[in-house]
Amino acid sequence: MGMGQRKRLSNAILTAVFVIITVIYLYPIFLVLMNSFKSNASINTDTFAFPNSETFMHWQNYIKGMTFGDYPFLKSVAYSFITTVLSSALILICTSMAAWYISRVDSAFCRFVYYLCVFSMIVPFQMVMFTLSKTADTLKLNTPWTIPVIYLGFGAGLAVFMFAGFVKSIPRSIEEAAVIDGCTAPQTFFRVVLPMMKPTFISVGVLEIMWIWNDYLLPYLVLDRTKYMTIPIHIQYLRGSYGTVDLGATMALILLSIVPVVVFYLTCQKYIISGVAAGAVKG
Amino acid sequence: MKTARKRDASAHSCRLITNPIRRWGWLFLLPTFAAFCVGFLYPFAKGLFLSFCKFKTTSKWTWVGLKNYITIFQDEGFLHAFWYTALYTLVSMLIINVLAFAVAYALTKGIKGSNFFRTVFFMPNLIGGIVLGYIWLMIFDGILGHFDTAVVLETKYGFWGLIILMCWQQIGYMMIIYIAGLQAVPEDMLEAARIDGASSWKTLWHITIPNVMPSITICTFLSLTNGFKLYDQNLALTAGSPFKTLADGNVIKTTEMLALNIVSSNTSNSKGPGQAKAVIFFILVAIIGLLQLAATRKKEVDQ
Amino acid sequence: MKKLIALLLAVVMVLGLVACASSTADETPAATEEPAAAETPAAEETPADEETPAEEETPAATGSVYYLNFKPEANDAWQKLAEDYTALTGVPVKVVTAASGTYDTTLAAELDKSSAPTLFQCGNQGAINSYGDYCLPLDGTAIMDQMTTDAFNLKDEDGNTLSIGYCYEAFGIIVNKALLEKAGYTLDDITNFDSLKAVADDIHARAAELGFNAFSSAGLDSSSSWRFSGHLANMPLYYQFRDDGVTSQPATITDAYLDNFKMIWDLYTTDTATTGAALATATMDESEAEFGEGKAVFFQNGTWEYSALTKDKFSMNPDDLAMIPIYCGVDGEEKAGLCAGTENCWAINNESSEEDIQATIDFLVWVVTSDEGTTMMAEQFGPCPFKDAKEPENVFFQDANRYTAEGNYVVTWAFNWTPAVDDWRAAVVDALTQYTAGTGDWEAVKTAFVQGWATQYAKENA
Repeated sequence: MGMGQRKRLSNAILTAVFVIITVIYLYPIFLVLMNSFKSNASINTDTFAFPNSETFMHWQNYIKGMTFGDYPFLKSVAYSFITTVLSSALILICTSMAAWYISRVDSAFCRFVYYLCVFSMIVPFQMVMFTLSKTADTLKLNTPWTIPVIYLGFGAGLAVFMFAGFVKSIPRSIEEAAVIDGCTAPQTFFRVVLPMMKPTFISVGVLEIMWIWNDYLLPYLVLDRTKYMTIPIHIQYLRGSYGTVDLGATMALILLSIVPVVVFYLTCQKYIISGVAAGAVKG
Repeated sequence: MKTARKRDASAHSCRLITNPIRRWGWLFLLPTFAAFCVGFLYPFAKGLFLSFCKFKTTSKWTWVGLKNYITIFQDEGFLHAFWYTALYTLVSMLIINVLAFAVAYALTKGIKGSNFFRTVFFMPNLIGGIVLGYIWLMIFDGILGHFDTAVVLETKYGFWGLIILMCWQQIGYMMIIYIAGLQAVPEDMLEAARIDGASSWKTLWHITIPNVMPSITICTFLSLTNGFKLYDQNLALTAGSPFKTLADGNVIKTTEMLALNIVSSNTSNSKGPGQAKAVIFFILVAIIGLLQLAATRKKEVDQ
Repeated sequence: MKKLIALLLAVVMVLGLVACASSTADETPAATEEPAAAETPAAEETPADEETPAEEETPAATGSVYYLNFKPEANDAWQKLAEDYTALTGVPVKVVTAASGTYDTTLAAELDKSSAPTLFQCGNQGAINSYGDYCLPLDGTAIMDQMTTDAFNLKDEDGNTLSIGYCYEAFGIIVNKALLEKAGYTLDDITNFDSLKAVADDIHARAAELGFNAFSSAGLDSSSSWRFSGHLANMPLYYQFRDDGVTSQPATITDAYLDNFKMIWDLYTTDTATTGAALATATMDESEAEFGEGKAVFFQNGTWEYSALTKDKFSMNPDDLAMIPIYCGVDGEEKAGLCAGTENCWAINNESSEEDIQATIDFLVWVVTSDEGTTMMAEQFGPCPFKDAKEPENVFFQDANRYTAEGNYVVTWAFNWTPAVDDWRAAVVDALTQYTAGTGDWEAVKTAFVQGWATQYAKENA
């Protein structure tokens, strides 16, 4: 058996293994999809059963999810978009700059900021939730247009930490060449460093977007809720005051809410791969 | 000899780059730092202060000194939650990282449909924590129901249930970071190893892993802090059940983790003890986290 | 070293800025309060005229209402009512509903904000202990004049009324009379625990033949467990407090009636289709469906269940429904009535500006006197203790009134005194779950119940 053949065989086995894992992996999500078409009572009692003529609800759960309450669902979707896009853009730009600065300038202050960032990752949100919501209210950071500042502040730790980790693996020689060519620091950063950081940029972007898109407690406590809701907050209102949940509508809304992120993720994945093909990260 | 020259060169380049950048410090650092003060430092400092107070809302407090701290160290539930969390974090950190690395490694080897698999593994991250908890609870209870038991009845079910749930959810997340790291492994080094006839196992061990050490640092640190901060899934899956009722009427919630313990001690008359717990929690995790960082960072330097 | 100092200075400066900003914001409303307060009577007299100048910029002149609502189910009705009121008077009313399970967190965060709720919910002793500092004493206000009874109001130690019960509810065992007759019994056959047990045992034994069982499942999932850790637990608490003459929140309780609690719990979990470990995960939806679809005769729940059973989820005939007291084997329980009380109480924020407080009181008076308001209150909350309240069409309240009219004693909501209520209940539910599943014993339930009360009381009053 030749090398190539053996490799092909092991790849085939690996693929088969992954197919099996995929099935197991997707089962819970499939369960959400299936149950989003069932009546509430049957979700509880026959979770694993396919919808039948008695329990099949057509699009009723979806319709209910989108129309219940007095707050338009589309408005929540719009505010979710605004919050997520603005916040992650702000985080990506500001923290990648900060991380580069911290990794390249070796001063006590930089080290101090870096460790502060690491510390901030350790702090549970519950420790600062009351003081943070008070601060945000005082500084009027309680709208979808200003909440990015809060997200930048609270989420900076993770992003700086990750960017700094990757900046270290980028050789300085390219930057040096740029500096010698007479580039100013911002020029060096945006023309030389940023393109090299692209895969990391996208990785961090994906993680931040996931976090903000799904985040519930922070916007719930910070946003002025008579005016603004996001999708996760909207979904919470399907729960009744004594712990009863409208499971069908909840699952329908969850599925609707992950559609944009799936699309986004698939688009991004292409970029990650093309970035590698272009040789942007090769040292 | 070689290392000495390397150090020299890097010291030189440090200066070359550092000075022009420094002038632009305000642009690079100020926005993040200012937001950091508003979004984290100030709330955190105020929280620290409030841990010495009895308070209902952050503007109505009375100073009580160390009283909150004394209370929480007499709280057996808190101590139990700490050890339980530590155990959970250790186990989940190991399992998640090994599996995530394995998946990332396999998926960068160019097997058929690896893009599809990547998407699949990342899917669970798209759904928020608390809902996943409920879905898995349904699955676990569906299975355990055949054996006439339930997740909330045995500590071990709660523990392993949470591990499975978190693996399912976090492997995709860590995988993303590992893939980015693996793609940054210089192709020429791998090529050289292949030409030298190194086995793929050796290549993995001596070239790939050292080169993805930054990713490993990040991922272990993230899974460490995620483990310690875990809240939504813990609440949704067991909310601490089963309890052990002590003779004095206190309960130990056998599957309750620290974040949940902190929040549940907030709901009573005063939020002070919860805040004090958060401070202690923070100090502990900071120590552990820094030790872990120091350990893995050292490995990075060694390369 | 210099750098470090500079750095520290920078941090201090930034923190200082934030602190300044927060303290000035705190002061601003206070500064505007005084001149505006003088205008209050004028603003109050001419609410209709306010419609024209009611622009966004001048809400301070008219005052505004911000209600932090506790029940997601009632959100739509409140929003509608708020809109009507604003259209009528020009007074802005905003209603925010706390998401389920986060009321305490939401209240703590919202009370801290610059535009804090003017009206919120303060429904039991624990809430009064926590938020009493924020409650305006309501004695002598216009809304108090509308009340017909003081029975559901909560007071502080000095006797000031801090929050007022705006509706009352009753719970007991809901009975499907049609099924009961099919099994060969009538309501008259059930007068105490022994007769209830006899009927239930018989129905349970013939379940296969009859096609229905005695009790709907006593699920201990969090959507359902409050029926037992709250409502059923009220029985031993009420009788013990009655015997011992307890009239305010006690520091400790005894196990005097815990055996009765065990008797009725055992009955619920024996004469039913779902038993043992399966109850640990059984939900409210399941239990409700068993009763609603005619698979069970008895269902422990309250008056709030009426619209779900007859309209919203199931279409049961109201004539087939009745609510009977929870019998648990206490001497003289033949003369028991339903358990009536409330957890729905309004409190007004004493830190709101005077005109906001006035606006809030005006709004409440309108809610309990106007046609729209009273209709909504009757539909959403049942009978309300206000002079102009409408009669709800809920048969369970007729049952409650009938028992009272026949001279039976009302079982009050003793559980409103539970210290650290969430923690106490969680411990009792967990012990009950383990006892029911067979992994724990009854002693643990007793400990969680009796010692747990003392521990939680001590913690809360430390």
